[in-house]
Amino acid sequence: MAETKTKARKSSKKTDPLTRFGISEELALDLMRDMLLYRRFEEKAEEAYAIGKIGGFCHLHIGQEGAAAGTIKPLRDDDYVMSAYREHTQALAKGVTPKAVMAELYGRADGASGGKGGSMHIFDAKTRFMGGHGIVGGQVPLATGIGWKIKYRAEDSVVIVYMGDAAVNQGGFHEALNMAAIWQLPVIYVVENNAYGMGTAFSRVSTTDMVDKSRAHGIPGHSVNGQDVLETYAFFRDLAAEVRTGAGPQFIDLRTYRFRGHSMSDPVSGTYRSVEEVERAKEELDPIAMLRDTLMDAGVIDQAALQDLDQEARQLAQEAADFADASPLPGPEALYAHVWAEVNPNGRLFFDGRGAQGGPP
Amino acid sequence: MAVMTYREALNEALREEMERDPDVFLMGEEVAQYDGAYKVSKGLLDQFGDQRVVDSPISELGFTGLGVGAAMAGLRPVIEFMTFNFAFLAIDQVINSAAKMYYMSEGQFPMPIVFRGPTGAALQLSAQHSQACETYYSHAPGCKVVTPGTPADAKGLLKAAIRDNDPVAFMEGELLYNLKGEVPDDDDFVIPLGVADLKHEGDDVSIITHGKMIHVALQAAQKLEKDGIHADVLDLRTIRPLDMDAILATVRKTNRAVYVEEGWPYAGTGAQIVSMIQEEAFDDLDAPVLRVTQADIPMPYAKNLEILAKPSANHVVEAVNKVLYR
Repeated sequence: MAETKTKARKSSKKTDPLTRFGISEELALDLMRDMLLYRRFEEKAEEAYAIGKIGGFCHLHIGQEGAAAGTIKPLRDDDYVMSAYREHTQALAKGVTPKAVMAELYGRADGASGGKGGSMHIFDAKTRFMGGHGIVGGQVPLATGIGWKIKYRAEDSVVIVYMGDAAVNQGGFHEALNMAAIWQLPVIYVVENNAYGMGTAFSRVSTTDMVDKSRAHGIPGHSVNGQDVLETYAFFRDLAAEVRTGAGPQFIDLRTYRFRGHSMSDPVSGTYRSVEEVERAKEELDPIAMLRDTLMDAGVIDQAALQDLDQEARQLAQEAADFADASPLPGPEALYAHVWAEVNPNGRLFFDGRGAQGGPP
Repeated sequence: MAVMTYREALNEALREEMERDPDVFLMGEEVAQYDGAYKVSKGLLDQFGDQRVVDSPISELGFTGLGVGAAMAGLRPVIEFMTFNFAFLAIDQVINSAAKMYYMSEGQFPMPIVFRGPTGAALQLSAQHSQACETYYSHAPGCKVVTPGTPADAKGLLKAAIRDNDPVAFMEGELLYNLKGEVPDDDDFVIPLGVADLKHEGDDVSIITHGKMIHVALQAAQKLEKDGIHADVLDLRTIRPLDMDAILATVRKTNRAVYVEEGWPYAGTGAQIVSMIQEEAFDDLDAPVLRVTQADIPMPYAKNLEILAKPSANHVVEAVNKVLYR
């Protein structure tokens, strides 16, 4: 029977959040460091987009940093992460370097995908960051297949796959969840529920609550406050351990909020949400400010130390941008490289007529 | 040489490749307990168990994507479509995920996956169940397309497809499953992708074709023999990679060519090949290259109309006579 529950560990209000969630001061500072990096990195990307250094579609994660830091930090190196196209910071969280991600946004040879993928297709096999997928919901069956491989080989890693709230209305989402349930695959399906699929409020395209979307498939659904990085971390730490030891697939409605437009080409507010709504969210739901307040209340950090961390983050983002700027463009030889993993000894594979064999000139 | 059906040849190829490599698994609708809708996977569940021969729910998009994800993570899935007519539901995962993954990840994720099942019309299955789907797949760089027409080719090419590190759409003929033919006994009998096969020799005209249509072409060649016209029948066997050398060789020998395919004419495989012949062998041609295709309509149900819609040996003979100016 499907189960809907909220796992946020709530105990005495008198205990401070670090104690309540079982998170050390050192770890909490790491989470702060991570989120500051994500914020400054995305702001740098925003700046670079504005001056034409980054092209195409570029979806920023500003406001949703807790959702990346809190979910990926508890994972092991051999766990897999897959995402949609708002994935820069999730790549960073899984261990892809800021330089490799920024160079990818710049379309440079040193980018994580050699400049071929761009903002929406960051891949890094080494850290098991599995992309970067651009069709809404398309990554959900893919991640289910990674879960299939883990079970097939009797391994004990897990997969986290992210999607936006709009993805749950795609058929592939339901097909994938059904299969994960049938075969009890170690997949954690995370909806980064920022309440809007581009400009369409979730409430306009669904008559049921997000947390109930997995119920028909017999997959437990959980609601987590993604703006509270400590709650998110504690939840995913415990959940990953359970899934690793056979709890089966899980579905998480990770409540969050996007402080920017859907992509760099879209307005922050307008026809679908008001300026006031966004400003209020920035005031009340900023995951970085929320952790800052907690840590200051607990005496773990003071203004000076916070500024040092922020300075460090700004510097990493700047170094990433400088690196990307200095990285060469992919050479023309890259154009035809990696279309085919196996060039068969016989027959033509390219048909554009550019070269003697119909392919690379 | 053993004589076996096309179905048995495919079954042997699957069995041998699954014995050879524990990462190969078969997933699709009815492939396990039911032995496959066309019995291609007969007995495999008993031999390999339900982790490697897997009945999927009817979720073409879902299990195709699952296969692609499993391939990203290092397995070698064989995904069976009950027919390629149903694979339209899954084509996003084939084109947007499988065919592009290696490129957009700059070579980090090879995609060793086979999508297989019957394509083309059978008998009176009408519009939604009767269509040749090759060109949807060959259109996309990153996807290989294989269309075996005989038991031997079915076996040797399926083994090659499973061993290949790119996604392969492996398109069988529903009406070919009972076709018998000789198949080499060698359990390492692999036909490399991209090598065409001259199935009939002659000097007067080239009939170039692929898949199930080789039998229509061969029938036409027999009829033409009676009129003293000797045709080369070139079976491409794979659409991508394409054996252009073999195409040019036969065209340069006969100077006249007809392309026969089961699919529709507009932007069909024949359109591509005719274009390439005129680009690369224009001076060798004594006549425009003609195409024989399905009528440019959805397939009707009524038996008489279906016969009219399908490419036939008579259509081929007619086209050959035209290129011979007879």
